[in-house]
Amino acid sequence: MRLVLGALLGLLFLVGLGPMLWLARAAVTPTQNTLREPLSLWSNPLDWANLYTAWARFDIDLHMFNTVVIAAGAWLVQIVVATTAGYALSVLRPRYRKAVTGIVLATLFVPSVVLLVPLYLTVLDPPLLGTSLVNSFWAVWLPAGANAFNVLLVQRFFDNLPREVFEAARMDGAGPFRLFWSVVLPMSKPILGVVSVFAVIASWKDFLWPMLVLPDPAVQPLSVRLPALRSFVELDVFLSALALSSVIPIALFLMFQRTFLRGGGLGGAVKG
Amino acid sequence: MSLTRTAEPATPPPGPPPAVPATPGPRRRSPRSWARGGGPACLVFLLPLFLVFGVFSWWPIVRAVVMSFQRTNLVSAPTFVGLDNFAYVLSDPLLGTAVTNTLYFAVLSLVFGYPIPLLAAVLMSEVRRARGLFSVLAYLPVVVPPVVSVLLWQFFYDGGSTGVFNTVLGWFGFGPVGWLQDPVMAMPSLVLVATWSAAGGTVIIYLAALTSVNPDLYDAAEMDGASIWRKVWHVTLPQLRGILLITFILQIIGTAQVFLEPFLLTGGGPANSTTTVLLLIYDYAFATSLGGDYGAATALSLMLAVFLAVLSAVYFRLTRSWSSS
Repeated sequence: MRLVLGALLGLLFLVGLGPMLWLARAAVTPTQNTLREPLSLWSNPLDWANLYTAWARFDIDLHMFNTVVIAAGAWLVQIVVATTAGYALSVLRPRYRKAVTGIVLATLFVPSVVLLVPLYLTVLDPPLLGTSLVNSFWAVWLPAGANAFNVLLVQRFFDNLPREVFEAARMDGAGPFRLFWSVVLPMSKPILGVVSVFAVIASWKDFLWPMLVLPDPAVQPLSVRLPALRSFVELDVFLSALALSSVIPIALFLMFQRTFLRGGGLGGAVKG
Repeated sequence: MSLTRTAEPATPPPGPPPAVPATPGPRRRSPRSWARGGGPACLVFLLPLFLVFGVFSWWPIVRAVVMSFQRTNLVSAPTFVGLDNFAYVLSDPLLGTAVTNTLYFAVLSLVFGYPIPLLAAVLMSEVRRARGLFSVLAYLPVVVPPVVSVLLWQFFYDGGSTGVFNTVLGWFGFGPVGWLQDPVMAMPSLVLVATWSAAGGTVIIYLAALTSVNPDLYDAAEMDGASIWRKVWHVTLPQLRGILLITFILQIIGTAQVFLEPFLLTGGGPANSTTTVLLLIYDYAFATSLGGDYGAATALSLMLAVFLAVLSAVYFRLTRSWSSS
């Protein structure tokens, strides 16, 4: 058994970490060496200038900034929608809560592909605004908020909070807004952590939707810009750009492993 | 889909009877307590939900159904054309290719991505020390942005004899493989990247389910002298049945909408061998900059959605009849 586990660990190192280690090395290797000896363990000389070229000359800094802003906005919209809705449906409990929960949950069964074209047309000509949202971050932020999974997660969490605390707060004269801000939100840090991780990761990964609604390179996130770069950037600089694009998600993962892994397991548990 | 409360407070709160707190029911409330309980405030709190879901989810869903019966371009008002869009899509010779390719992708994904994570999770659940290290390594590819993995693997897949994978094959005396250029190899190559980026998530889901299996069952099996493989077969797998069904359906639903890998790696080629349904939808709607055939695109999206819904309904029914018999 020890032997099998040792082999598994070795395999996981090779398959899980190997490609990223390769990328890290290739990011600082001149193109010629990468092409001639793709699997040599070390290159001489190292070419650190690749990283700088990618960062400054090919605007990786700008696109990474866009990625961060898009992720932050999508996160905020999702948190606001999920917590207010979860609070209203689970703590305030209006009579129509079943109906609202039902039409929110129904959207879980509609695959996102159905929304692609009508959502695109909605963003081209949104109601009430009178101006197209194309090339605006709102076109990515707002649709991200329509996430039934988040609402379900938060609602379930709020359902399990002890109701005596709410009653006590009401006795002390807290209105619904005070109750939300000072009692419910501080108690829900664990679930907010999970929703945040889901939100940031999903936004960082998204490709098709931002590609459709952000055609202007100046506002594009990394995921949309990188495929365009490959046709006109030298290979070593391109690989540096890929490496730079992975640094933040991997760093976040290593810092918040527990939340990531718990969230990953939860994804299956809740959908069940 | 009822959301029943799983944990009740130890002492029932004063007021409404605690027996059915999750259902609104015929509960009598005075207007004053309705207001204090948050009646009008409730609407304020639901406003973000209604706005965001209304504009970006409910309305587009309705619109998708309407548009599939219309001819829409961005210049003139849409006109109803009955079932023309559906007839057009169904008579498109590429549709059969796209459906076959998508099914092929789904089957290959199941072959690669279903047993391997399960095996890895079962083995990892036996790990006593440093299980965290195993989990982190398995999950790492999931946090790499998919576009980065796809572009990186595109370099690995270089068809020349000095490509990364071909160099490795060369060590064992196999000739260079045209990973993405060869119509036979192209689809398996796409599935390989997709599996690499997704398998870690499945491992973690299984691992979470495995650690919730009652350890008494294992002790009983050990008492009866069961080997590890018999324990896996008779204790672990039956306990995991629910989660295995869920990951199966999630994987089908995910693979039916595969887009990123064929779009970036092959563009549907070579010779349409990797054109998937979603790629076809994208081509209908967005391939030309003049405003595409939105009617055909939504018609095909709807057919795909209905197919997915029917598939999961049939599958649920099947497994329910198994477990009850």
